[in-house]
Amino acid sequence: MKSFSRSKLVLLAALSFVMAASTRGQDIVVGEFASLTGSEATFGINSSNGVELAKEEINSGGGLLGGRKIKLVVEDDQSKPGQPSSAVKKLVASDKAIAILGEIASSRSLEAAPICQEAKIPMISPGSTNPRVTDVGDYIFRVCFIDPFQGTVMAKFALDTLKVKKVAILTDVKNDYSVGLTKYFKDYFTAHGGAIVSERSFSGGGTDKDFRAQLTSIKAAQPEAIFVPGYYTEAGLIAKQARSLGIKVPLMGGDGWDSPKLSEIGGSAIEGCYFSTHFSPQDKNPKVQDFVKKYQEKFKAMPDGMAPLGYDAMMILASAIKTAGGTDAAKIRDALAATKDYDGVTGKITIDEKRNATKSAVVLQVHGKQNDYVTTVAP
Amino acid sequence: MSSAEFVQQIINGVSLGAFYALIALGYTMVYGVLRFINFAHGDVFMLGAFSGYYLTPRIMPHFQGAWTPVGVSAVLVLTMLICAAIGILIERLAYRPLRKMPKLTVLITAIGVSLFLEYGGQFVFGADPKAFPELIVDHALEHTGVLTITTTQVAAFIVTIFLLVALTFIVKRTRLGMAMRAVSNNPTAAALMGVNIDTVVSFTFGLGSALAGAAGILYALSYPSIDPLMGLLPGVKAFVAAVLGGIGNIPGAAVGGVILGVVETFVGGSKFSTYRDAIAFALLIGILLFRPAGIFGKMQAEKV
Repeated sequence: MKSFSRSKLVLLAALSFVMAASTRGQDIVVGEFASLTGSEATFGINSSNGVELAKEEINSGGGLLGGRKIKLVVEDDQSKPGQPSSAVKKLVASDKAIAILGEIASSRSLEAAPICQEAKIPMISPGSTNPRVTDVGDYIFRVCFIDPFQGTVMAKFALDTLKVKKVAILTDVKNDYSVGLTKYFKDYFTAHGGAIVSERSFSGGGTDKDFRAQLTSIKAAQPEAIFVPGYYTEAGLIAKQARSLGIKVPLMGGDGWDSPKLSEIGGSAIEGCYFSTHFSPQDKNPKVQDFVKKYQEKFKAMPDGMAPLGYDAMMILASAIKTAGGTDAAKIRDALAATKDYDGVTGKITIDEKRNATKSAVVLQVHGKQNDYVTTVAP
Repeated sequence: MSSAEFVQQIINGVSLGAFYALIALGYTMVYGVLRFINFAHGDVFMLGAFSGYYLTPRIMPHFQGAWTPVGVSAVLVLTMLICAAIGILIERLAYRPLRKMPKLTVLITAIGVSLFLEYGGQFVFGADPKAFPELIVDHALEHTGVLTITTTQVAAFIVTIFLLVALTFIVKRTRLGMAMRAVSNNPTAAALMGVNIDTVVSFTFGLGSALAGAAGILYALSYPSIDPLMGLLPGVKAFVAAVLGGIGNIPGAAVGGVILGVVETFVGGSKFSTYRDAIAFALLIGILLFRPAGIFGKMQAEKV
């Protein structure tokens, strides 16, 4: 009996030695949850492509922490409520991810954030712009601007560039992002001499497809522009139905419009409309052009605004892991919080005390699959 | 609300209701004959939209210019045939083996078939929404400058009326229609009189599914973003429309659909647009409280 337990002990010691040795060269597991399918599939696919591109660059450049490679585990949340929490629980508990990247949609980031916060695993959202996302706790970060800024950008744009004073708003009430943008747009627009002549709402995410009722009553209020802060699927359908009802004024939106599907669904109806987003592939900045070239080589498609956000999120995480000198979650968190003037594809990124990125936004005009750059608005 | 806006909302509501009516016809027919609710009906509607999505680029290039209407009809008819075949197949594989079982068993199987088609569709077609091709150019037919009605709205309306009349004719005037009514009335007696129940049931499913296919194409033309889960909500609403009009009753399904469409549109156009479905459904509950069998339904005393 005695000899048996001794041999067991030896075995255990040997085993733990092997395990300790293997951690040194072990992959760094990063989890990502994204809407790879469902109504906002291009958000997930394109941001995920960006993350993948960054990961490949890091790994082919020798990895991190003395040659450790990044292993990316991606979970699809199907653009559905309820899925992000199970995806992130799996990434944290079963894959032992040291950090989580995701999501674009604010509602889904808000669902996953409390899980990461409780597990004390840093989470970086590439593109959720609703302010409440990072309010969840000190482990939640983002690399994009937030809605008070984005809403203000479009309100400023409407007043100064389009020179309109009467705007109608059509909000997706099921969507935290859309509700938030509506509020900040309204605040700035009405405080600076504009008037909201009609406010209507709908349920997005594939629930409503008929917007003629809302648009008919909006038309009666005779706005000079319509603010539609929803996602691309609905924006395309809304544009079509608005034009068929004889509404000729421009529609405006936020980064939720930024998808190649927008013009596919909206067709000629959405041409000439405006939206704010994170980046323009027409930007002459060499960093942007380099990214566009690499992205096109790998994915045979033009990147939209979500792709470089995914890329920047992964790169900022990698640089934080480098600074932290290990995979200790608390140290990575501190390094992320200290990010200052990081030169990303989507602009210079500084993480503020609320863990949001301060950076500028661009306004694009829909023009077929390629959107024309109109202006940049600094914070 | 100005009178122009009021009339425009009526147009919007009726054209939305036409879709509900077209889907509701399929529900009501299967219920009328088999006393069973085919929950997979909304998903056959989805398959109709996808059939149009894949057929259009293969058929339309052969019918240019003046031949366009022929091409459009070809897509519509082919889709209806494909959906009819799918409907007959579903009945043959999933429902017929259970015909002698309690109704609840078949009902749960129908939910299973529905989920199978939805998630099988995600696997085959992909889960992301696809842009439906412009089969007919959707432009506004403006007459007054104030009111607008679009080509797809008119097309949907005409097709719905045509199919409604055709269906009524089939049920009331043909031998198969008579057989359908006989099976509905008393399946055992009908069988004893030499009616082939299997043929009648297959025909009913085929007809209902063909209607769902037509509805799928017309719906996708009006709302050109299609995905495998698109049948879910229109399916539920059409079911409600069928119940509202009196399930099993063909004109009832049409009237129920139009009422639902108009109510939804008026709530959606008001400042209570957030509560669109809630208010629309509350009204339906109200109607059913006073007429439990639906508007056109007859109360039937249960024989004990």
